[in-house]
Amino acid sequence: MNQRLFWDKFFEKVFKGTAWVAVLTLVGIFLMLLINSARAFETISFAEFFSGTAWNPAAYGEATYGIGAMLFSTLLVTIGAMLIAVPLGIGAAAFLSEVASPRTRNILKPAIEMLAAVPSVVIGFLGIVLVAPALAKIFDLPHGLNALNGSILLAIMALPTLISVTEDAIHAVPQHYKEASYALGANRWETLLRVTLPSCTSGILVAIMLGLGRALGETMTVLMATGNATAMPNGFFDSVRTITATVAIEMGEVPFGTPHYFSLFACALVLFLITLLVNIAAERVAAGYRRKGQ
Amino acid sequence: MKRKIIQILGMALMIAATLVVVAILGVVLFDLTAKGAPVLSWEFLTQSPKKGMTEGGIFPAIFGTTAVTLLSTMLATPLGIGCAIFLHEYAPDNAFTRLIRASIRNLAGVPSIVYGLFGVAIFVQFLGMGASLLAAGCTLGLLTLPSIITTTEEALRNVPRLTREGALALGATKWETIRTVVLPSALPGILTGVILALSRGAGETAPILFTGVAFYSRYLPGSVFDEFMALPYHLYILSTQHHAIEEVRPLAYATALTLILLVFMLNLTAFWARARWQRSLGAGK
Repeated sequence: MNQRLFWDKFFEKVFKGTAWVAVLTLVGIFLMLLINSARAFETISFAEFFSGTAWNPAAYGEATYGIGAMLFSTLLVTIGAMLIAVPLGIGAAAFLSEVASPRTRNILKPAIEMLAAVPSVVIGFLGIVLVAPALAKIFDLPHGLNALNGSILLAIMALPTLISVTEDAIHAVPQHYKEASYALGANRWETLLRVTLPSCTSGILVAIMLGLGRALGETMTVLMATGNATAMPNGFFDSVRTITATVAIEMGEVPFGTPHYFSLFACALVLFLITLLVNIAAERVAAGYRRKGQ
Repeated sequence: MKRKIIQILGMALMIAATLVVVAILGVVLFDLTAKGAPVLSWEFLTQSPKKGMTEGGIFPAIFGTTAVTLLSTMLATPLGIGCAIFLHEYAPDNAFTRLIRASIRNLAGVPSIVYGLFGVAIFVQFLGMGASLLAAGCTLGLLTLPSIITTTEEALRNVPRLTREGALALGATKWETIRTVVLPSALPGILTGVILALSRGAGETAPILFTGVAFYSRYLPGSVFDEFMALPYHLYILSTQHHAIEEVRPLAYATALTLILLVFMLNLTAFWARARWQRSLGAGK
């Protein structure tokens, strides 16, 4: 009997221990970024890092560490992606949950899950061989490796999350809301536009923010398909380099322990904090409407 | 009449949006198959790259991806299942539990490149694993941990409460109930999650970029402390870093097709396992 109770206690402790791993990993990631970034700011001034727009740590003369152009590029590509993905995603989610027959839905939903499973490096590859030549042709550009290409690819990557979370939100709207609307003589489109979608706006907002978080942190696609120019872009037709791409390119070549090495951790810290904020905001919105729902 | 026309237009817009999404998947599959399949052959899958990667196959990359993904899943699965069991079977509704849940949700949103840096700082440098299969496996393992926890908890949630209470009423301890009753009935659901984690890990590039993947290696990794080649990184090299990019484009297509077939096969296995499991749950009720 004693032995059985011992094992019972023992495994309770083991399970609790494994739960700590999640907490420790998140705290560990944050501390690791913070400590290494602190080393970077021993030699680089805050003012230069945050207000500078020239990123040239490997320059022969004076190395410059300004995150401005990369930060702007990251936001440009991500916001472009959301402009493409949000209307498509909401449209597809509305179709799936309100219009499609169960049979159509059973075909489309696995298709969307398949799209989610396509590795980012494959999307990036298709950005190079398909999207870039198409963009160059349509807009008469020397090449199509630019911010617009990145936005299109990130939109593709954000769509599955966007669609499935929006669909859940639409699904959660009580049936009697819609029935009341039909009873007043509204047709299906009017009900969707005036009743169903407005009553799940916070759910859709969560979907958009989760998609945004995914797009912000995406590395391989933007690294491969946006042309890798560190200069400040003037618009969607310029080549750009995002924060993620910079870290991915330079981390492999930089000598360990140099200011350049630590500066990449500072870049990653900025990225980490932005995505954390987006995720926490999404969580707050979600918690808000869950409370309201009860 | 006007309302009717607007409704038709609105429906058309929704259908158009859906068609665009489906068309994207169609284009991805069609283009990769059309240009990758002619190059794909038994030799391509079983030989090493030759002549500066302009000829030969991708066997070392397939081997490396399989090894690193299996290793990462072996590390992440016990941790993930343990954590999910704690959350679902033990955890009281208190601040600590909320902290764990918040950590898991936020870990799922951490960019993969940040995991890569964490891997460099902790596994490669601090723990002295060097750039190796082990360091990359640990990094990928942490990356897939949140999804394993979430799917396992979902599987545990689907085990009926009565089953648990039956075991407890027979005098089993909590651990005995979990081991003999809860885990066996949640197993297919857990397995689905683990396969999905495998598929995600196989396609990731950023976390292994500086933790152990090699541009080219003549030999297969002999131990977990060696560097390795990987399919996604090989595709990245062939499509952007190679000295003769146009010449190796067919090889890049075939590599992309191999990678996507591997990932889709894992996903289909997971769907199949899930469908069977849901049917068996339905039959039990």
